[in-house]
Amino acid sequence: MEFFRISRDIPFMRHALVFNVISIITFVAAVVFLGIYGLNLGVDFRGGTVIEVTYGHAVDFNRVRAAIDKLDLGEFSAQSFGSSDTALIRLPLKEGVSSAQLSERVMGALKADDPTASQRRVEFVGPQVGKELYENGALALLLVSIGIVIYLALRFEWRFAVAAIIANLHDVVIILGFFAFFQWEFSLPVLAAVLAVLGYSVNESVVIADRIRENFRKMRKATVTHVIDSAITRTLSRTIITHGSTLLMVLSIFFFGGETLHHFSLALAIGICFGIYSSALVMASLVMWLGVSREDLVKPERKQGMAGDKILP
Amino acid sequence: MNRYPAWKFVLIAIALVFGLIYTLPNFFPEVPAVQVSSSKSAVRIDNALMVSVEEALKGAGIAYRGAEMDPIGIKVRFADTDTQLKAKDVLQTKLGDNYIVALNLLSASPRWLAAIGALPMYLGLDLRGGVHFLLQVDMKGALDKAADRYTTDIRSLMREKKVVYSGVGREGSNVVLRFKDDAERTRARSEIERAFPDLLVREQDSAGGESRLVAGLKPEAQKRIQDGAVQQNITILRNRVNELGVAEPIIQQQGPDRVVVQLPGVQDTARAKDILGRTATLEIRMVNDDPGAQESARGGSVPFGNDLVSDRNGEPLLLRRQVVLTGDRINDAQSGFDQRTNEPAVHVTLDGTGARIFKEVTRENVGKRMAIVLVEKGKAEVITAPVIREEIGGGRVQISGRMNTREANDIALLMRAGALAAPMEIVEERTVGPSLGKENIEKGFDSVMYGFIVLAAFICLYYALMGVISTIALLVNLTLLVAILSVMQATLTLPGMAAIALTLGIAIDANVLINERIREELRWGATPHAAIQAGYERAWGTILDSNVTTMIAGIALLAFGSGPVRGFAVVHVLGILTSMFSAVFVSRGIVALIYGNRKKLDRVSIGQVWKPKAEDLAATAPLKS
Repeated sequence: MEFFRISRDIPFMRHALVFNVISIITFVAAVVFLGIYGLNLGVDFRGGTVIEVTYGHAVDFNRVRAAIDKLDLGEFSAQSFGSSDTALIRLPLKEGVSSAQLSERVMGALKADDPTASQRRVEFVGPQVGKELYENGALALLLVSIGIVIYLALRFEWRFAVAAIIANLHDVVIILGFFAFFQWEFSLPVLAAVLAVLGYSVNESVVIADRIRENFRKMRKATVTHVIDSAITRTLSRTIITHGSTLLMVLSIFFFGGETLHHFSLALAIGICFGIYSSALVMASLVMWLGVSREDLVKPERKQGMAGDKILP
Repeated sequence: MNRYPAWKFVLIAIALVFGLIYTLPNFFPEVPAVQVSSSKSAVRIDNALMVSVEEALKGAGIAYRGAEMDPIGIKVRFADTDTQLKAKDVLQTKLGDNYIVALNLLSASPRWLAAIGALPMYLGLDLRGGVHFLLQVDMKGALDKAADRYTTDIRSLMREKKVVYSGVGREGSNVVLRFKDDAERTRARSEIERAFPDLLVREQDSAGGESRLVAGLKPEAQKRIQDGAVQQNITILRNRVNELGVAEPIIQQQGPDRVVVQLPGVQDTARAKDILGRTATLEIRMVNDDPGAQESARGGSVPFGNDLVSDRNGEPLLLRRQVVLTGDRINDAQSGFDQRTNEPAVHVTLDGTGARIFKEVTRENVGKRMAIVLVEKGKAEVITAPVIREEIGGGRVQISGRMNTREANDIALLMRAGALAAPMEIVEERTVGPSLGKENIEKGFDSVMYGFIVLAAFICLYYALMGVISTIALLVNLTLLVAILSVMQATLTLPGMAAIALTLGIAIDANVLINERIREELRWGATPHAAIQAGYERAWGTILDSNVTTMIAGIALLAFGSGPVRGFAVVHVLGILTSMFSAVFVSRGIVALIYGNRKKLDRVSIGQVWKPKAEDLAATAPLKS
């Protein structure tokens, strides 16, 4: 079986402008959504209390809301979570009320209303901790980006480093754009997924960059455009199969991993899909535009005949 | 061609044996058990204890499935949870307060596995249920309390040295003394500086022309007190957790002013929260029995320097604001009975300073009432207000009167578990019920299993025998990953299980790279042996590079993540390492086993290799340099 029967190198780079325009449009759209709707930050980042309650039967949300209303806790939301007999109750932070009291009061009220109610999970995050988690997340994102740029600049060349990080950060922004547009909850696991996607998509850029370097070495007479086209074409099969495999696992998490991992796997899936596009097409065309040349990558070889990639530092 | 040196096979074999043995414990079910450990460092776990545990169980007619002893304590296994609960009650009553009897779950894996350190993976709270708290110590509160103590100490120093002053009190975290006479102030200053080297004393005159002395803590003393407060709070939390009977509690300092408490497997989360969240401090204050003052207090105007505090029945009592003793002067408290009246009582032992102060206060106040006040979340409540019958020296105090045995027990527990050195507030809480934990394990397991099955089927179909080899490599990867997680006892969380699934999805990348490379080499007409050789060699550099970038992301997550994210990061990082080993090393080894000994190899079973037409081939073939 062979899915990809490509006779000639596909002239991807002829359409470099188109790819980048598509990229810019999606990117701008994502930024606009982020600007208009903003991220629906979960309790991890915003602080507050989340209580997961399960009933012996389908939840009657009117009764649940009425029972909590009586406690006069201010704004809150009650939604179904995963299945029809589970309710997720979100309460904002309230000055002077500790989490211990809050969840107990809510559970007390719910149990009084319906004795089948039982508490499955409580999460409380104070305002200070939420702020710190948010800051740490941003810091992690920044450090990952810097680390990747440094590594790629050392291993390849600054043009690859810059192109790869632009291409992949644009994936991150697009994932965030999705979360803003659909108002999916942005929680700690989602942040982990976003960072994992960043590392994972860069891995894709690395494979192509590797091939470009190899082609420069082998295809002495070819133009830069041809070298890049050939690199993308020949890694295409691997790109699709690898990402397909990873996507399979992610879908498995999505379908079997339960409600907690729902948004986590969604972020991964979006990241993987856009990662294919951006790391192959956007990265390569950026590298081309930044003016990469054979001399930048193929240094005078010290020893002839050494195996493959190990010649370069 | 494609032979593999023997030492590499040996290495692979060792890794495989290691992987299988250390993965094994995870397949055994868990059995209910009771764990007996000591609650005090002085109480030793020894054979004598083992004998009494076994005798207690036999005496009560409870069947058990073996008992074992390790440095932590004695663990006894039972057939079901009912017997386990019964056994816990029996052992608790039999062994008394010196031991913690806790419910636990133990792996049913054979003992030789445990002996070589092969344990099941350590499950996080989201998988086994339990409570996680992050508590923040109120550092200003710690300083205020220290200032309270100094106020009392300075007052008795002034009395001792016969310095005439017109008032002393706490203002913020400073102690302020007021004088009518400047000479007395100078004398007081030198006395205070001599007695309390940690205090910085300044002279300050208030607007009204009053001579004042302001004593504040020096910065290094402040730091010492704050560090001490966190340490003391941790000790107190540990005591409280011991009262709860949790098998493997984690109580750790996090950062300068935070404490993490994790109680895995706690069923009654409400009670755990109640006991831990009790931010109670204990104070002993004098009751103002002056009828006039009481009269005016009831009328609504509380006299200056007094507070109206209710007791448990809501009856208000007028207390002097000055604190005689705080809870941190208490060394021990036990419930018992008054030897004369046989009423329930609490026997309290005070530390040296506490004993001295108590002796002084009781001598001067015979016949008056003294109140023991519990301050919880800024609200004070009088537990009991006994009458002082005589001067009490030696630091041994008995509190009795108007309480039943249960109340005596509660008060003793509260006093023993100690007053916190500084108030604490829960800033993060994650509670997971045990049923949700079990469900999460199933979900995590399902996502790994179904994902793996579909992935394996596809790869085997697409790459034929090379696909089967890749799948075996993937299985080795999974085994090694689980083995390393088990050996490290790294915490496995639900996101961690997702990371296992994701790792498998990413790990296959290395094999896809290799297989695609081999196909490509075959396409350009390389011989099968040369194609395999080139495939592995050329792919290696790419695999290394791409894994390093994924690793950078993993390490950043590890450094900045907390809780569930950390669990994800740990698995992610370990998975990258094991996948590099298995995808390259192990799969190469299998290839060598299958193809290595054939001198002439006609074809590689890697699925159909499609070849472009001759003229296209010429157009796209790499130009040889």
